[in-house]
Amino acid sequence: MASQEVLREEPARGSLINDPRVRSIFIQVVAALALILLIWWIVDNTIDNLQRLRIASGFAFLKGRAGFDIADSAIAYSSDNTYGRAILVGLLNTAIVALAGIITATIIGFMVGIGRLSNNWLIRKICTIYVEVFRNIPPLLVIFFWYFGVLSVLPLPRDSIELPFGSYLNSRGFYFPRAVWGEGAWLILLAFVLGIAMSWFVARKARQRQMATGQQFPVFWTSVALIVGLPLLAYVASGFPLSFDLPKKSTFNLTGGFQVKPEFLSLYLALSFYTASFIAEIVRAGIRGVSRGQTEAAGALGLRSGPILRLVVVPQAMRIVIPPLTSQYLNLTKNSSLAIAIGYPDLTAIAGTVLNQTGQAIEPIMIMMAVYLGLSLLTSAIMNVVNAKMALVER
Amino acid sequence: MTQTDLSWVRTEMAQAMPAPAGERGLVAWVRKNLFASVGDTILTLLGLVLVALILPPIIDWAFVQAVWTGPDRTVCATIAQGGIQPDGWSGACWAFVNAKFGQFMFGRYPLEERWRPILVGILFVALLAPLLIPRVPHKGLNAVLFFLVLPIVAFILLVGGMFGLPHVETPLWGGLLVTLTLSFVGIVVSLPLGILLALGRRSRMPVVKTICIVFIETIRGIPLITVLFMASVMLPLFLPAGVTFDKFLRALIGVSLFAAAYMAEVVRGGLQAIPKGQYEGADSLGLSYWQKMYFIVLPQALKLVIPGIVNTFIGMFKDTSLVYIISMFDLLAIVRQNFSDASWASPQTPASGLIFAAVVFWLFCFGMSRYSMFMERRLDTGHKR
Repeated sequence: MASQEVLREEPARGSLINDPRVRSIFIQVVAALALILLIWWIVDNTIDNLQRLRIASGFAFLKGRAGFDIADSAIAYSSDNTYGRAILVGLLNTAIVALAGIITATIIGFMVGIGRLSNNWLIRKICTIYVEVFRNIPPLLVIFFWYFGVLSVLPLPRDSIELPFGSYLNSRGFYFPRAVWGEGAWLILLAFVLGIAMSWFVARKARQRQMATGQQFPVFWTSVALIVGLPLLAYVASGFPLSFDLPKKSTFNLTGGFQVKPEFLSLYLALSFYTASFIAEIVRAGIRGVSRGQTEAAGALGLRSGPILRLVVVPQAMRIVIPPLTSQYLNLTKNSSLAIAIGYPDLTAIAGTVLNQTGQAIEPIMIMMAVYLGLSLLTSAIMNVVNAKMALVER
Repeated sequence: MTQTDLSWVRTEMAQAMPAPAGERGLVAWVRKNLFASVGDTILTLLGLVLVALILPPIIDWAFVQAVWTGPDRTVCATIAQGGIQPDGWSGACWAFVNAKFGQFMFGRYPLEERWRPILVGILFVALLAPLLIPRVPHKGLNAVLFFLVLPIVAFILLVGGMFGLPHVETPLWGGLLVTLTLSFVGIVVSLPLGILLALGRRSRMPVVKTICIVFIETIRGIPLITVLFMASVMLPLFLPAGVTFDKFLRALIGVSLFAAAYMAEVVRGGLQAIPKGQYEGADSLGLSYWQKMYFIVLPQALKLVIPGIVNTFIGMFKDTSLVYIISMFDLLAIVRQNFSDASWASPQTPASGLIFAAVVFWLFCFGMSRYSMFMERRLDTGHKR
């Protein structure tokens, strides 16, 4: 800094072209002007084109009658509802498939990632093959494979494949018993929430006691007992208010039960399997990123392999894992837009339909962009909180 | 020192342990790698069950029961489905892939003009191979030929309409031709554009910096499909009336811009990893900004992020399959389209076609990732700790 100030005191010699500050300002002004001109040109052209083609603009179309049906909807919807509600249905579907995919991909990814570091040769090879196969194939192809190659060649409903627990699998999807909650079912929910709250409290107390006295408390099993036991108790106490609506076979179709459509199933399976291969690599890199000395030092302190993993390796590995894991979650959410290729009504598919029906190109795409950006920001915000909890606390 | 209270001291020698069992040979290897402990044994058995459940049916389906040649769908369908195979038969229908191979490669490119994409393919391989093998000399000339001359020659050959070559419209292009063209152009455009964006993002000029950040973060926050939608639906609205773009070109722009945003973040990682001293050293030598970047910073930064760059290339190669959504026919889309060909429709056709496409995609992506690992090792000048 000092040298620059000395230079500035001298009167400017030579032309202004060689003055870095002048050049910087000049370049920026030119860049800003160019951008403004470009935007002005685009807006002008667009207004011109819209007027010429008689396309309405603005978001008033959201209140119009949609007039198309949606096969898979989490909230009540019919073709008489508005475009706005249709887009909301799409948004919910995107959120559902993204959330389900993230959970499954994380579980498979962690298992495979740890498996790749196993001492067991066979397990290591199986996991490596899994990762190398799925990482190098387009996700759209995986979706097509599940949809056209596997699910649509399953038998017709009348010769469905029977699975345990009264579930069925056929070309119309996967059917499983639906839980029907009777009177007093809220007690079970209440017990469940209470169980979680009490486990949290027990964990806190146990931690304090361990810090103070060094005595440990079986927190895990207590929590399991609380979270599973309390709802069970409530279930018995409230007089068994739960029954199951089993899918029944009739001549041509299955009735009752809960149906998962093949579109959702293929999208969900493909996204989970595809993203899991990336998560596996991240987990492997994270665990290998914890230096050997840490494991050896923990061993020297007398910890056994379980506690070493749980108390020393995993917390440090998580620090390496979480940032790239976040971007994989974001990728999965964005890849869920591939639903349009097989007709699962996610946000992109519905916005595309709206775009075709109204002829308004700009507004639906703006909504799409805003929602995906919003979802991305939300996911990163959640992961940032997790990251802040995990990050190195420097003393 | 004498008051040290050791609670337990060994007073006699420990019992000698038996000599270790063989550390070499098949049995020892199996014991160490498959049956080291009870848990290990259980895992191995589970793995064996998994392999036994998955592998034989796949081999049976893909090779033993598969149909390799045939005139139409009858060879791939059971009697009940109107074919010649016995009931309950299930095998891959490679005859379908065989019959449609030309389409899978070139789409609807006219038959008598197919020598043109083939020639481009030969030129591509002939120029790429010496570029990839480190020992072959004249890399500079080779790179100029590959990145500057080849695109022009390929454009003339593929599009035609000059030098007596008949014009072939891009809607007729398809198959692997489209996949490779999109990825090649995407790679050639996105790397320089990504480097510029990364430099812009690290620039000290607030206006330039803001423009770059907004561009990168917006593109990275939305799915490629949305970008392609924009390129295909919104771009025509942005241009003056009467000006139209080729659909293929629009997809190219969409894919390149999308990849450039990701590339920019990868390159930025490399730029940040270069110690400040390198920048200051270059400044003190009196180098201009571009000299500093070109001679000092970028060579080091790019070398650091080769894996990331190649990963972006691989991602883009896979993402070209999404042009299916805006009804263009790349390899995957043309396979998908041929399922509905009535003369080949059978329950086995979709899986066979998709597995063929998967193998092609896999070979390209796996090849790229292996080459990047090779390059990484070669360029490793020992700065890593």
